Amino acid sequence: MAKFAAPGEKDSVVQYKPRYDHFIGGDYVPPAKGQYFENPTPITGQTFTEMARGTAEDVEAALDAAHGAAPAWGKTSATDRANILNKMADRVEANLEKLAIAESWENGKACRETLAADIPLAVDHLRYFAGALRAQEGSLSQIDEDTVAYHFHEPLGVVGQIIPWNFPILMAIWKLAPALAAGNAVVLKPAEQTPASIHVLLDLVADLLPPGVLNVVNGFGVEAGKPLASNKRIRKIAFTGETTTGRLIMQYASENLIPVTLELGGKSPNVFFDDVASQRDAFYDKALEGFAMFALNQGEVCTCPSRALIQGGIYDDFLSEGKKRVEQIKMGHPLDTETTMGAQASNDQLEKILSYIDIGRQEGARILTGGERADLGGELSGGYYMQPTIFEGDNKMRIFQEEIFGPVVSVARFADYDDAIKIANDTLYGLGAGVWSRDTNTAYRAGRDIQAGRVWVNNYHAYPAHAAFGGYKNSGVGRENHKMMLDHYQQTKNMLVSYSNNALGFF
Amino acid sequence: MAGSRVDLTQKAADLLLRLRDIHGPLMFHQSGGCCDGSSPMCYPDGDFKIGGSDVHLGDLRVDGMTEAVPVWMSESQFEYWKHTHLTIDVVSGRGSGFSVEAPEGVRFLIRSRLLTDEELSELNR
Repeated sequence: MAKFAAPGEKDSVVQYKPRYDHFIGGDYVPPAKGQYFENPTPITGQTFTEMARGTAEDVEAALDAAHGAAPAWGKTSATDRANILNKMADRVEANLEKLAIAESWENGKACRETLAADIPLAVDHLRYFAGALRAQEGSLSQIDEDTVAYHFHEPLGVVGQIIPWNFPILMAIWKLAPALAAGNAVVLKPAEQTPASIHVLLDLVADLLPPGVLNVVNGFGVEAGKPLASNKRIRKIAFTGETTTGRLIMQYASENLIPVTLELGGKSPNVFFDDVASQRDAFYDKALEGFAMFALNQGEVCTCPSRALIQGGIYDDFLSEGKKRVEQIKMGHPLDTETTMGAQASNDQLEKILSYIDIGRQEGARILTGGERADLGGELSGGYYMQPTIFEGDNKMRIFQEEIFGPVVSVARFADYDDAIKIANDTLYGLGAGVWSRDTNTAYRAGRDIQAGRVWVNNYHAYPAHAAFGGYKNSGVGRENHKMMLDHYQQTKNMLVSYSNNALGFF
Repeated sequence: MAGSRVDLTQKAADLLLRLRDIHGPLMFHQSGGCCDGSSPMCYPDGDFKIGGSDVHLGDLRVDGMTEAVPVWMSESQFEYWKHTHLTIDVVSGRGSGFSVEAPEGVRFLIRSRLLTDEELSELNR
């Protein structure tokens, strides 16, 4: 397969509508204030659809619909809810190419990734939480012979979810699958950078859900996200984004005394011990690929392994071969299946990456490859492309400490195990980490000593539904994925029952 | 300008003046982390609650605005940023959290340079 036709071209597998309204109560509803905003593709910079510009009025309408639907949805049997999720998964799977191309076009990422990862993982998440729900059990505790404490899982009610732009469909499913499985109604706000592809998904699955169970309000953070996050009528807010907005959302949540799930990014270390290179075999090759993983999704992943720490004994050789691997990355049209790295999601994102290249140079870091904006010519000249970049420097530099959210890795050398752990943990964040070693004891100890919620050992960037994901330190609060996520969207009802006919004798 | 940690471009000043008309007095809190992280977030002053864990980097003065625009950053992040001078600029773009400029189709952006030894000793005095 060479290149998929772009949406808008005659033989594309997906066509966007010229305009999308809000999805509220099972119908498309125009924005109360009648305003829309343009949605460009980062592949060419050209606008391809326009989106409802939501405001507090639209959020309230969506909450009305959600509150109307939540009681019945919460009482729908686990079997029925799970069956609906499974049907959603089937539809997504049957339309894999359509959704993959829709997401690539909107976000700029290579369709090689959306076809192989984003959409198949979304399918798997829906099925996983359908299964987890079916298998979930409450508990009972026998307090004494006549008294029993029953523990039921009950839904929270209506929850708010704010979705990031780096995986517009998969991140929506990460939040939706457990919330819907657990019996909640949802008001979801997609990122303003990627507001449209979720509507391609809705076109496929909306009829499966009772009206009002899932509502989507588009718009800007300050106009639609804030009235949702600060609303008195939500019982939980889940957000993926950055630290200041995370704090703000927690402040709003504190005013309403509701729980939050926050996923706030990281500066993940990818640690390569000397023994990785003791043989030049398949494992060594895998480790080199692991080094190049910072370019996955153009580096726009919260867990991007953006700090590579390499032990002194192999430093020069490993880095030189890692550099060769990175230089093989094929930039090109994101809808071409041969392309291995696509466009950054927006102009401001590209500008931010370039501002980090600038401060990295000023701080004395050395660029081993890349470091420039890429002009891919033709229609792609209007898009936002960045060369994959390797910096060599010191962990105290800003490029080692801040999430660049681009295809940029900062490399440093470490002397021994203690040095590796010290550098790895010298960061505000603790979302992901990678450990590469042939010695299981070293790998195990490093995995436990690194302060991060997800440590990949001898692999990187795998996201199975059955593995918990979330941050230590400034990287957030709570977890996503894994059946424990059902708990994040449920509350515990304890029913304490006496089966005795006799008074206590107090009064 | 010795003794300053933060400044803004003329473009950013012009934008702040327009945003002041819509939202009233403004403030910045420098973000970190995922997606729109590393962006200076602009809020109506007081909307974001500053706490003991924040450092006041400075006050921006804008011609035509009576009050200053304070700039804050979390203390832990400041530890890693304190050797750099920040200039708030504007680029075209789309969105950054709940920052008030997003609907205008632009986004505030930080440009950084190293503080000179002279500036650092001035600031640390």
